[in-house]
Amino acid sequence: MQVKSNNYTGVKKWVDERLPVFSFVEDNLTNYPTPKNLSYFWNFGSLAGITLVIMIVTGILLAMQYTANSDLAFDSVERIMRDVNNGWLLRYLHMNGAHMFFIVVYIHIFRGLYYGSYKSPREILWMLGVTILLLMMATAFMGYVLPWGQMSFWGATVITNLFSAFPIIGESIVTFLWGGFSVDNPTLSRFFVLHYLLPFAIVGVVVLHIVALHMHGSNNPLGIDVKSDGDTIPFHPYYTVKDYYGLGVFLIFYLGLVFFAPNFLGHPDNYIPADPLVTPAHIVPEWYFLPFYAILRAVPDKLMGVLLMFSAVAVLFILPWLDTHKVRSSQFRPYYKQFFWLFFVNCFVLGWVGAMPAEGIYVTISRIATAYYFIFFLVIMPLLSKFEKGRVLPSSIASSVLSDKFESAPDQSFAK
Amino acid sequence: MKIGFIKYILIFFLSFHSINLYSAGKADLVEQKWPFDGFFGRFDQSSLQRGFQVYREVCAGCHGIRLVSFRDLAALGYTNDDIKSIASEYEIEDGPNDEGEMFTRFAKPSDKFVGPYRNKNEARASNNGSYPPDLSLIVKARAGGADYLYNLLNGYKEVPENFRLNDGMYYNTIYPGKQIAMPQPIYDDMVEYEDNTPASQDQIIRDVTSFLAWTAEPELDERKSIGVRVLLFLFLLTLMLYAVKRKIWRDVE
Repeated sequence: MQVKSNNYTGVKKWVDERLPVFSFVEDNLTNYPTPKNLSYFWNFGSLAGITLVIMIVTGILLAMQYTANSDLAFDSVERIMRDVNNGWLLRYLHMNGAHMFFIVVYIHIFRGLYYGSYKSPREILWMLGVTILLLMMATAFMGYVLPWGQMSFWGATVITNLFSAFPIIGESIVTFLWGGFSVDNPTLSRFFVLHYLLPFAIVGVVVLHIVALHMHGSNNPLGIDVKSDGDTIPFHPYYTVKDYYGLGVFLIFYLGLVFFAPNFLGHPDNYIPADPLVTPAHIVPEWYFLPFYAILRAVPDKLMGVLLMFSAVAVLFILPWLDTHKVRSSQFRPYYKQFFWLFFVNCFVLGWVGAMPAEGIYVTISRIATAYYFIFFLVIMPLLSKFEKGRVLPSSIASSVLSDKFESAPDQSFAK
Repeated sequence: MKIGFIKYILIFFLSFHSINLYSAGKADLVEQKWPFDGFFGRFDQSSLQRGFQVYREVCAGCHGIRLVSFRDLAALGYTNDDIKSIASEYEIEDGPNDEGEMFTRFAKPSDKFVGPYRNKNEARASNNGSYPPDLSLIVKARAGGADYLYNLLNGYKEVPENFRLNDGMYYNTIYPGKQIAMPQPIYDDMVEYEDNTPASQDQIIRDVTSFLAWTAEPELDERKSIGVRVLLFLFLLTLMLYAVKRKIWRDVE
């Protein structure tokens, strides 16, 4: 980091010359120039960060009372619910916090897809984000196992068994993951350790995500680069207050769930203690995995299903090189925009069939939806990059804001 | 666009009619009004006390509530002395004592309810191979919650002519597969309520379901009363933040 001369005096100056806390906050939080046209969809990054902190704090407090032993885990969770002071609140905050974390992060990702936030120069920023998503999925999956209810146990059994699809080494991988020959105490204990560890890895990647973000600043709804000071405003107070307001709205939803429908998004079977001898009628993962679960089950071949499911996330990593269109924002890409919305709806269709039994019409629907999921990324994106003509971009953020005000209709002429 | 989006989210949230995402499609449950439903719903103490009486006189022969402590009964309106005397009706094994022997003693308020069987095998052996589940969490552990339990207990009907009922099973329209190992447990006037409420079958089922909703979610009253205050505070705070945001952004074009 380069040494900058600052305008501080006294103790502040002395400290900042040795450890640049004040100039760091000023450069990255207060004066940090941000495009002035960000919509409310840009609130979800900070919301995700705040949710991560809430999850870590409530998680650490829960870990002080939880027992990671297959004979004791279920009852230790119920002890938290019944006997620990405000334990029910902590647990419901943590449980629903996981749901909210995924809601927020999925909106954040769809926003990136819509406005082309993954394009040059933000490719690494995007890939770090996908890494965070992967880590979140692993963490959430292992966290769901900890209460050691029926869905915990059978979810863990089904998902870890997926690795047995790999030829030759598959069975050994599964034994290695389980720490034995079935999902049992060693499995629970290692899942607890990893569930505690991975969030700190997420924090690390989030820091990198923010460092990468601050190299070029936020993208914006127009998807055009910041050209002058007139295009930006300082982060504080404009975006701090906007983020606070967004946080308020978010907390109303989140705490509304926690206090009035805490089990709405969870599966009732997880209040039945795990029983290796009784298989639930339908083993369903948590809602945030349902689209991927649908892709897994869409293919009759187990190995292909597993590979496709992992590819569904992996394809996001190479997204910046699949969509090479110069225009970022969908606002100026009439065709991409339509395919995007179809993709958006398609994700919900996948989630819905993921919750249904894998039979009859649901199989057909899941196959069509899976096909579109990949066609969107692997065929439509590269083709559109080549052939779609974008609309004329505004010359700058500032001029666009003004023209919106005085002319209203956007320029309808097309040009590449 | 923004307003539209918020509207849809609101509609999405307000349309939560059932308690659970995964209970959608359980259309055969007749929905009931419970005093503990909704934002301001709370448990009805007298109903819980009656339900506790039903549990003890009817259910406890086969089903435990192992996660509930006697001291928890304070939430039903019992005094410490009441709780002590209720606990002392149960015997539990304790020990070892100074001589190294296990011994039985009367339960104390700090003890948990003692189930009818020593273990799962004994439970199965005494019930024709079926295991009567512990009821502490039953309302949370079934899609449909209290409505499911209410409908199940009311679900015993005449066996249709061409229905093949297995030995030792009973016909129940709500139970998956329509055969259940539990005989119809509740009939009119099978308990005599201490508060002289007429003990119709419906009343008994309603009371015992309320009681089991309480054993599943003993924190419900506290949760909802804190929740109302939290949401009120958040609404005010968010409105204020919105006003501040508008004011600060006024000069941005």
